[in-house]
Amino acid sequence: MDIDQNIPIARFENVGLRYGLGPEVLQDVTFELKPGSYHFLVGPSGAGKSSLLKLMYLAHRPSRGLVHLFGHDIATASRDALPALRRSIGVVFQEYRLLEHLSTFDNVALPLRVAGIRESDIKRHVEELLVWVGLKDHMSARPPTLSGGQKQRASIARAVIARPSLLMADEPTGNVDDRMGYRLMHLFEELNKLGTTIVVATHNEAMVRELGHPVMRLGAGTLHVSPGTKTDSFARTSPQGLERGLPHRLTRGPGAFE
Amino acid sequence: MMFSRRTDLPLDKDPLSRFLPWLIAFMVFLAALAQAGLIALDVLAQRWDNGMASTLTVQIPADPDASDAANARRLQTTLNMISETPGVMHARVVSEAKVLQLLSPWLGVVQAIDVPLPRLIDVETAPDIDLDARILQQKLARTIEGAQVDDHGVWLGRLIEMVRTLEALAAGVLGLILLAAMSTVIFTTRTGLTVHAEAIEVLHLTGAQDSYIAKQFAGRAWAMGFKGGVIGLVLAGLTLALLGYVAGRLQAGMIPDMSLPLVGWVSLAILPLAAGLVAGLTARLTVMRTLRRMI
Repeated sequence: MDIDQNIPIARFENVGLRYGLGPEVLQDVTFELKPGSYHFLVGPSGAGKSSLLKLMYLAHRPSRGLVHLFGHDIATASRDALPALRRSIGVVFQEYRLLEHLSTFDNVALPLRVAGIRESDIKRHVEELLVWVGLKDHMSARPPTLSGGQKQRASIARAVIARPSLLMADEPTGNVDDRMGYRLMHLFEELNKLGTTIVVATHNEAMVRELGHPVMRLGAGTLHVSPGTKTDSFARTSPQGLERGLPHRLTRGPGAFE
Repeated sequence: MMFSRRTDLPLDKDPLSRFLPWLIAFMVFLAALAQAGLIALDVLAQRWDNGMASTLTVQIPADPDASDAANARRLQTTLNMISETPGVMHARVVSEAKVLQLLSPWLGVVQAIDVPLPRLIDVETAPDIDLDARILQQKLARTIEGAQVDDHGVWLGRLIEMVRTLEALAAGVLGLILLAAMSTVIFTTRTGLTVHAEAIEVLHLTGAQDSYIAKQFAGRAWAMGFKGGVIGLVLAGLTLALLGYVAGRLQAGMIPDMSLPLVGWVSLAILPLAAGLVAGLTARLTVMRTLRRMI
């Protein structure tokens, strides 16, 4: 999808969300994500962080209000238009949501397969990315045999393989140790430098302070955005064990697969 | 494509999909028998129709008071009148011995009999001319007292009516089997959609179109339908062969030749393909319709 730098990646206006006939879990949420921005999404458990992300990755439609993604009004977008929007969005789910019957390779290949990419191209790019995230020896392993960290890396690889314009992660550091958490954050920083818009939902206030990106704070169902205090100290310290640089595939930044 | 081996959904492992080939096999078996019956009956009805529509039988009662010579003259006159009728190709007097043979179920086997026998004339009409039996009857009756023309119409009509009824029944059975097969596939597919709802959502969220997901279900259903169809057809073939063997052993003229024409065998052979196609299309439509209701 072509990204117009003047059109917000996501724009929410007075968005409310309720499940069924339940109470509104989100009320009057208003914000805008500029292309290339990086936001943290924080708030206590149950404040609606996951619900807000679900609206952004098109797992739900809002009960009220206006949601624009890449300039498209989600309320009026036809069902057939949604897959194209979703292909520009990468998600690292909280519980990874890898398909257990598929190998690591096939899981990561999924976004390219649904987009109808040639199998020979898929093989080349998926292998390159899996080598880069350190899963070279686990390509044919199925998720149940992977460790938590390995699953997470597979999940991240799947989220970024199609070079999304918008990358979201739901509590990506929740289930892994600090070292893995920083490694992951480093990857997100690198992708952000290449122009990927990023939203990370997290409980980790220390990390939020350290990285200094703008913060979207959810409380009692409504959202407040505060500007970042970015010091750029993190990006200079490359975590140990991470291969230098990004895989060739990702260095080209977001955009349609060619 | 339809023969794709790789699927993103573990449809092979669904308990229900293990039953589907056998359910389809059972239905194709029944469908093959119904279809074989339908074709055989159709062939039979046509043969009767063609064979009997061009024959007439004329019956002349014997006059017990007349001399044999007078009776013979009467027979010859009738024969001449029939032969001169337009549309008659051939007329032949049925011999007295043959008449006795025809009557043997009632009279027993006898060489001669004192009772004056009616005489029969076999008439063959031209196949392209529709000779009206009633007009011939009126014409003959004016000269020959008591002459009866029988075009087997009533008997043949009832027989063909019965065959057509059986055919409609067989076609109805085929239709019901088709409905049952489609319902089974719809039910199996819907169950599969529920079982794999989580994986399907992930596929959706990674940008899969409904048709991408439907293709996986359709490919699987096609394979199972075809597999079941082959099993069912083999079973039906064995059954038909056995039926043919048993019928052949009767060796009586009671059962007419029921062998299937080539087109019949071909229509049976495409049953597995049809089963696969019906299963695949039904699964595809079911998935597309169900997913329409999701975001």
